[in-house]
Formats: sequence, structure tokens, C-alpha cells
Amino acid sequence: MDQKKRIVVIGATSAIAEHCCRLWVQKSPVEFILVARNLPLAQRIATDLRARGAAVDVSVETLDFLSASAIAEAVARWTAQGPVDIALIAHGVLSPQLPCQEDIAQAHQSLEVNGVSPVLFAEAFAGTMERAGRGTIGMIGSVAGDRGRRANYVYGASKALMDRYAQGLQHRFAGTGVKVVLIKPGPTDTPMTAQYKAQGRKMASVESVAEGTVNAIERGTPVAYLPRKWQLIMFVVRNLPGFIFNRLNI
Amino acid sequence: MGPVIPLGMGRSYGDACLNPGGALLSTARLDRFHSFDPEMGRLVCEAGVQLRDIQRFMVPRGWSLPVIPGTQIVSVGGAIANDVHGKNHHRVGSFGHHVRNVKLVRTDGQVVDCGPGVRPDLFTATVGGIGLTGLIATAELQLQPVTGPWLDTEILPYRSLEEFLTLADDSESLWEHTVSWLDCTAGRRTRGIFLRANPAVDQSGEPPRPRRLAIPLTPPLSLFNRLTLPLFNALYYHLNSHRGGARRRPFETFLFPLDDMQDWNRLYGPRGFYQYQLVVPRDAGPAALRDILDIIAKSGQGSFLAVIKTFGERPSSGLLSFPMPGITLSLDFPNRGAPTERLFVELDAVVREAGGRLYLAKDARMPRDLFETGYPKAPELARFRDPGMSSGMSRRLMGH
Repeated sequence: MDQKKRIVVIGATSAIAEHCCRLWVQKSPVEFILVARNLPLAQRIATDLRARGAAVDVSVETLDFLSASAIAEAVARWTAQGPVDIALIAHGVLSPQLPCQEDIAQAHQSLEVNGVSPVLFAEAFAGTMERAGRGTIGMIGSVAGDRGRRANYVYGASKALMDRYAQGLQHRFAGTGVKVVLIKPGPTDTPMTAQYKAQGRKMASVESVAEGTVNAIERGTPVAYLPRKWQLIMFVVRNLPGFIFNRLNI
Repeated sequence: MGPVIPLGMGRSYGDACLNPGGALLSTARLDRFHSFDPEMGRLVCEAGVQLRDIQRFMVPRGWSLPVIPGTQIVSVGGAIANDVHGKNHHRVGSFGHHVRNVKLVRTDGQVVDCGPGVRPDLFTATVGGIGLTGLIATAELQLQPVTGPWLDTEILPYRSLEEFLTLADDSESLWEHTVSWLDCTAGRRTRGIFLRANPAVDQSGEPPRPRRLAIPLTPPLSLFNRLTLPLFNALYYHLNSHRGGARRRPFETFLFPLDDMQDWNRLYGPRGFYQYQLVVPRDAGPAALRDILDIIAKSGQGSFLAVIKTFGERPSSGLLSFPMPGITLSLDFPNRGAPTERLFVELDAVVREAGGRLYLAKDARMPRDLFETGYPKAPELARFRDPGMSSGMSRRLMGH
């Protein structure tokens, strides 16, 4: 039993996270702690994972994602049961830009859920993994964090916070057994983006993004754009001079 | 909203999952497993689960779906609704034979269970019922034990229809999978490649991850045309004759060669293609097939993917199930408009005469009378249909 990989998934109802879990079930015996706001949906995901694998333990719980003390308590409790091999921090909401502009309470919510909360989870895991001398923290950021755009800069800013934070954490753990992996998916076909899919946007499949995520976590890749073409696209977007960029409606 | 029809992976070649003027109920996110009993090999899962997903998780645990069609990228719901068959039909029958229970959600909100033991009449209407009896939400499937992912395969060239039939008959008792590729551009000089496989004795080693190819764009013209087809077919025949013989191969590359070539349908150009899959009873079979090959040769329209297989004796469970004891032939034709349509009319006549039928999962154009003679049990479906459901296909073939 004790060779089971221990994986904590924050935001376990995220489609990318769920597909990562399916891949991990295929790879080795595993113990999941699924953390989600939507408990009934997380229970269905747990049932699915148990049916898929022969050696899978799954527990499900919920907590206040915006409470620093709740986060610290939960991470301490999970770690007390044994070292955590992988912490995948995947929660987020795609907050449309306009409501955030019209109501700063919405902007506040978006920044907290998509930016502050994931960083607090990561920081809580960072301390325990540092003491254990091993572990991998995977965070799902976004290409939207690479350059602020009028179409989604509040969401983008929260993901940019994650970006700079992960960079610092990677610096702190350089040369140690603790790895920090930042995933930057492009538009991905998930329930979160269903409204854009309906508009006919071309998107990457959630299976392919999950596969890339699991591989990046296994290898400890510091930053992984998924699909890979987004690395090139975002390189161009980041480096466009302002006088051109400002004329683009993107 | 108009009438609705369930949509799985959209792999039917015709209008079974199209609904002009109505709506589609996508099962793409109904993709979770509910339970698996590792002693009995029974899996309960949602209708949108892909067969490939089941294989990926269950083969390493010693269980396999008994029936998989020529692609694994289809949903469980679609496999039931089309009562699909595989290359082992002579051994295990069709997909419906291995379904223990189906949970249907009807458009009036009712949830109904059916299976061989519970409401068997509704079950026979649902198996092969092309989605018309309600949305299949979950299904309980009986899996079969497997020792591993490898098959021992044999490739044998043949040079006449008789030779094919002898090979097929001889192989049925000793080989689990049989299928054959036929060169339909060779005219009277029928030739082809016969493939057969059994679970490998030596299951050691992980099968290699297949290399995924994708067709990145649609060429302006079909790459399969009058000039290229004889070349492709001759090449395929000679390559396979030369590398013939026995070999151990992973089940995925043997059974689902097209799954590793994403968007292969683009090769047919912007006008696409029709597939024509027929089955004729064994007695009338050889003569009918000879006529069909003649008609195709004369028309100058050929098919690269001509696949021929004998079905076993086991009667199918569904009212609209396709398999029957006999010989099935499936052909792809680039869509050339009127000439292709005329060719089909000629082929229809042979199928009708021989007492055969066309496969609904592949059909986009069969005339209503051919449906009615080919599927004599179709009228019995009416009283099990969900009144809120119809598709392009049901309106074309059944009037509503």
C-alpha cells in the first residue's frame, strides 16, 4: 500500500484535472485526495476513477478556497498522513471581462479565485515539500497571463500573478528535489469554455492537454505551453511593439 | 426546439445522427465509468465513453470488450444504437449480445431500464434502434477475459472469390478475427488479402505507442480517383503479398488501422465520399458479389477500402440490426454526384434481388423500399419510439 503515489488535486472537477487523474490511474497505483467546491460532481469523478483502476484510493473533500487558514490546515493535515508526491492546483473560473469592468466586486472575486487562492495552496505545499525534500507542484496557469489584453485582462492578471509566483518558487527550489511546473494551456475544449466553442472557436482537446500536463509534471518541466504551438504564438504576442499591439482587437 | 436525436462521436457515415431542423443531444461529456466488477468482468458506464477508453483501462486488467468495430473511436451509446459488429462476428455476434442493461432517458423525462431480462421488447428496439427509443444514458456491458494486447496474425493473398470463401470457411473455427481486403479495380480477376488473427500465445512486452498521423488539410480533389485507384490497389496488394505470413502484432494496429490516421476522410476531397455496406445471405452471396464487382468495374468508379467478411450464424438481437448470416462487403466511393448515385441504384437492385440489406450506420441515401424489404421487422419499432425523437435518417426511411 505504501508505494501508492499520493496526489492531491485542488479543483478536482476541472476537466483538465479530471483527465490528468485518468492518466495517472493508468500509470501506477495511486491515492487521490480530490478537493472541490462541487462535492456531488467530485463524488462522481471519484466513482469513475475507482472503477477505472485496480489500485486506486480516492477521498473527496471540500473547503473554503479563499480562506488562508483553511488552506494551511488542510495541507498540513494531508501531509501529516504521508508525503504528497504531486499537488495539482487546477481550480479557476473563466471570468468574462465585461462584468469585471462593470462591477469591481466581480473583478475582486476573479483575482482571488484565479490568482490568490492557487498561490496560497502552492505556498502551503511548498513548505511541507521542502521539509520532505521532494514533491512536485503543478499549477494550471494560462496563455492569458503572458500579456494583458483588453479582452480578458482581469483573468489574465490573476494568471500572471501565478506566473511570477511560480518563477520565484522555481528559483527557491533550484537544485532541490522539489519541482514546480507551470502549465499554460491555450483555449481548451472543456465545460469552462463551452460558450466559446459554441461560437466556433477551434480548441485543443482536453485529453491532449491533460497528457501534456501529466508529462510535464513527470519531467519537472518548469513551464509547459499546451499545445506547444502556443509557445511560439505567445512569444510573438509578448514581443509585439505597442503601436502594433494596440491596433489589434485580440 | 423540434425533434431531438442523440449524438455520440458522430462516426456514422450518414444521417443517423443528423437532425436538420431539430437538435442533437451530445453525449460527449457523459464519459464516466460507474462501476467495474473485476471478478465477473461487468462494466457499468455512461453512453459517451469511447470504446478506446474502455480498452485502455480494462485490457491491462485482463478484460476486453468482446465486440469492437473497425474504429475504437465510437461511443458506447453509438455502438449499442447501431448494434455494431467486429472482425470476430462469427465467434461472438454483435455488440448488443454483450449488453446486460441499458438506462434510457426519454424526452418526457421518464427513465426506463431495459435488457435481455427486463423489458426485452424495448431492449430489442433499442439495440440497433439508431437512437430512436430514447437517450441511452448508461449501459452495463459484459467484457471477456483477455491475456494481453498482442495478436498472432496471418496475411494470405487470394486470387478469386471462391478462394476467399474457402479461406473464410476454413478460418472460422480456428481464428477469432477474420477480415479481408478486396481489390475491386481488378475487375474479373478478383484478388485480395485475407487477414486472420488469434490472441497471441506470447503476450510479453508493451506494444509500441502507435505513431499518430493527421491529414492536415482537405485536398481540392479526391486523392482516390480513376487514375490513382488501380495504382493504390495494386501497390497495396503486392506489398501485402510480399510481407505475408505470420506475425505478432498489437491488437490496435491490426483491428483499427485507420484510428492512427486522424481526419483520413479528408483524403476524399471537399465532396467527401459515400460508404456502401451490404450483406447478402450466404446462398445468394457469391453470385450477387460477382454481379456487384462487375457493375463496379464497368462503372469505372472504384473503392480503395473494399472490405469483405463472412458473418456467423448467431441472429442479431435488434429489430434493425444489420448482421445476418451471409457475406458483407463495404465499399467507399468518392462522391462524384450523379454517376455515383446511378451506380448505387444498380447495386441496390442486386442487393434487393439477393434478399440482402444495407447498413444503416453507413447509409445516407438508400431508397425507402430497400429499407422496408431489407428490414422486415422495422414496423415493430414504431410502438417503442420516443415521440420526441427523430433524425434525418428516420424521417427519410420511416416518414417521421
